[in-house]
Amino acid sequence: MYHTKTLSELSAMLEAGEVTSVQLTEHFLQRIRDFDSELNSFITVTAEQALSDAAKADEIRKAGNAGPLTGIPFAHKDIFCTKGIKTTCGSKMLDNFESPYNATVVEKLNQAGIIMLGKTNMDEFAMGSSNETSYFGAVKNPWNTKAVPGGSSGGSASSVAARLTPASTGTDTGGSIRQPASLCGITGLKPTYGRVSRYGMIAFASSLDQAGPMAQSAEDCALLLNAMSGFDPKDSTSMDKDVPDYTSDLNKPLDGLKIGLPKEYFGEGLSAGTDETVQKAIEEYKSMGAEIIDISLPNTHLAVPVYYVVAPAECSSNLSRFDGVRFGHRCEEPKDLEDLYKRSRGEGFGEEVKRRIMVGTYALSAGYYDAYYIKAQQLRRMISDDFTKAFEKVDVIMGPASPETAFNIGEKSNDPISMYLSDIYTIAVNLAGLPGISVPAGFSENMPVGLQIIANHFDEGRLLNVAHQYQQKTDWHKQIPEQFK
Amino acid sequence: MEWETVIGLEIHTQLRTKSKIFSSASTAFGAEPNTQACAVDLGLPGVLPVVNAEAIRMATKFGLATGSAICKHSVFARKNYFYPDSPKGYQISQMDLPIVGEGSIDIELEDGTKKTIGITRAHLEEDAGKSLHEDYQGMTGIDLNRAGTPLLEIVSEPDMRSAKEAVAYMKKIHSLVQYIEISDGNMAEGSFRCDANVSVRPKGQKEFGTRAELKNINSFRFVERAINLEVERQIDLIEDGGEVVQETRLYDADKHETRSMRSKEEANDYRYFPDPDLLPVVFDDAYIEEIRKTLPELPDEKTARFVNDLGLSEYDAGILTTSRELADFFETVISESVDAKLAANWMIGDVSARLNKEDLSITDCPVSATHLAGMLKRIEDNTISGKIAKDVFNGMWNGEGDADTVIDKKGLKQITDDSAIEAIIDEVIANSPNQLEQYRSGKDKLFGYFVGQVMKASQGKANPAQVNQMLKDKLS
Repeated sequence: MYHTKTLSELSAMLEAGEVTSVQLTEHFLQRIRDFDSELNSFITVTAEQALSDAAKADEIRKAGNAGPLTGIPFAHKDIFCTKGIKTTCGSKMLDNFESPYNATVVEKLNQAGIIMLGKTNMDEFAMGSSNETSYFGAVKNPWNTKAVPGGSSGGSASSVAARLTPASTGTDTGGSIRQPASLCGITGLKPTYGRVSRYGMIAFASSLDQAGPMAQSAEDCALLLNAMSGFDPKDSTSMDKDVPDYTSDLNKPLDGLKIGLPKEYFGEGLSAGTDETVQKAIEEYKSMGAEIIDISLPNTHLAVPVYYVVAPAECSSNLSRFDGVRFGHRCEEPKDLEDLYKRSRGEGFGEEVKRRIMVGTYALSAGYYDAYYIKAQQLRRMISDDFTKAFEKVDVIMGPASPETAFNIGEKSNDPISMYLSDIYTIAVNLAGLPGISVPAGFSENMPVGLQIIANHFDEGRLLNVAHQYQQKTDWHKQIPEQFK
Repeated sequence: MEWETVIGLEIHTQLRTKSKIFSSASTAFGAEPNTQACAVDLGLPGVLPVVNAEAIRMATKFGLATGSAICKHSVFARKNYFYPDSPKGYQISQMDLPIVGEGSIDIELEDGTKKTIGITRAHLEEDAGKSLHEDYQGMTGIDLNRAGTPLLEIVSEPDMRSAKEAVAYMKKIHSLVQYIEISDGNMAEGSFRCDANVSVRPKGQKEFGTRAELKNINSFRFVERAINLEVERQIDLIEDGGEVVQETRLYDADKHETRSMRSKEEANDYRYFPDPDLLPVVFDDAYIEEIRKTLPELPDEKTARFVNDLGLSEYDAGILTTSRELADFFETVISESVDAKLAANWMIGDVSARLNKEDLSITDCPVSATHLAGMLKRIEDNTISGKIAKDVFNGMWNGEGDADTVIDKKGLKQITDDSAIEAIIDEVIANSPNQLEQYRSGKDKLFGYFVGQVMKASQGKANPAQVNQMLKDKLS
């Protein structure tokens, strides 16, 4: 059936006239109806709009104007502003918010012809690693519905893993694409900071946030990245740098590829099952002609503490605009301005969001700013320098995307520190602004394990090539949970 | 005890960019509320600021005009605070690395001496919107049209020692920003306003006293009044055994009082940090030099030129250069080869007086520079007297044409023909036998009477010098 195909395969089928966009769209909408009451991966489903867009896409194809993504059903993480459609960011604060404009990523993918099925569930304001902080309820992992899908792009990961959509967007501030991709057994790419526009993507931590594709394969990610990338005059932090065709190097052989294995990524805290699975993947690369080099990223242990100063500091300021004045949740009958602020924000934000706003406000406060924010910036530079040095010796760095497979819903929700450690291998990549990908590498106790591959700035082409070659030799990325076959 | 006043000013001047500092919405004044506020100005979720290159250019221009250090790597920072007219919950400003660093500007004191006032820094920031407190069923309205308008905040050193010095400094900056065309300086529309930091100390004491900050004063008159009032309040307070507390005060022009807005303890912790949505503003020497080339002749340079090249007095030159438009008008007049001193006298005298009376600015003057020059030429070539010129000027003001047309139409041409003047003199003498007798018997004062009569009979057109001379001859 259509849902067992990758996006690239569906694209070829559309091109060959074996299926229409309307048929595909109906098929995936039906799967959402059949399965999503259990998974809760979508916040909004835009069925009517999708079918009408699909009909138009079929017309475009008939007219001979179709591109590789024309008519492909798709889902957006609910962090991207979509014109006229509810954009909640997983929060009660924006339960009533309809954006008057499209995010640049949405606009670009629309231009490329994708069909939006709906908006996927996520941790509130992208703050979380389990999708349990969503106002719209926890999302379930299709491999074990008692387990979390990871977060914050949990809805995107879960919906792709269950094949309710061929692919989706995600965003990654500290691992929010790679960790859920790992936990759900899909392929998720966080591009270089500045590769994809942040305009219209509701900000969590501006210096770390980056949008990327979540799909079944590296090839699918390459097709999507082609459409998503590029300089945006509306985003000063987007890079004015040519976008290569990311599919063109996919088939390059890996002979002589130098893979760095940081010893810090294979130490204490890594579960045995994940370790073993990742090692097997690395063996596979050896067999493809890659050279394995032991490296060190000595400041790895600083990544989580640095992140939990920088990200909350930025979020405490970014989330100030949610004040009940112009949009979003407003409390009933405010007594005065202060009451309006306090109750609107108190009622609109969940616990984790409040915790981070408090931490960030503290870190930026007079008397603490130097000790926390400035210090964190200095350490961030050191973490980044670790990578710069490593990439003098190796082409890519590999390790686990997450220290363990998906944990159970509720297991860590009352233990923020343990939750924060879920992102221990992904966070440094955001701090350094590097691209990273999580690729399905096997299973540990029947739950998916992701291999993380990190490349140098703007070296997404290499990253996708390395991932794609592995996917030519393995079929982990083709596995579908029994219940959703 | 003798007290000394110490004043520093923070001047906010709106830059005259077409669009806002971080969005493409228009900055035009006076539109319907919220019609000039785009998604970025409204602080909608997901929007991002992009800095307006024109604002950077204008700030740099100001730095160059004041001989200030230009920061080739400046950083925008967020100033966090909640207020309904601040849509993002923070204002984008500059903190540690402002675009303009230390510089200075000279002001002229009442006794004619010059004083240099230090400029600490000037930084770019966005303006806030406005809260509308008219009745909206018991609620407050918010107009975000002004939100995001570019401001240059110019911070002075605490170098001023009286309200008058503060006003002189403010006027100097006001004139400068218009000269270099970075602001329209419109104070009524809030394009130019200031906060004044005021403290007093016993004369001779080195340490500054505790200061109070007077917020948001938007006229020269109010600045002077507010400062004087505050100085008086602080001195009274100290002399009564009290202490000045560091606080922000508001000047109420209607009640003529300053009152406390918030004390230091209540002050916000703004939690400044570099805005991660904006890259540092970085440019090189070539960029600075390119902007330097666009600088016009500055007021002080112009004054010096008027004194040295045109022979004007410092005072006259100073007045003529108070605004670029006035100086340009003057220069157009003298470009028609009119004597500079004559032109200066007219500009400072009759032209300015009439403009003031009608509450017009020089750019709205109904008499063009060319017409004024034409009239001054007729004074120079004795076609009309200085006195008659006032009538000609009135005629031109009322739209009756250029000087020659008015002179012709009204028959104001000066009589310089000796025989014609003689005829009038003879007639006057013939009609004044009594006066002639008295004059001849020694009443010299009556000479003026005869001059007056001749001028009257000639309808003021007789050349006064000739009349004088010929009368003397006739009466002797």
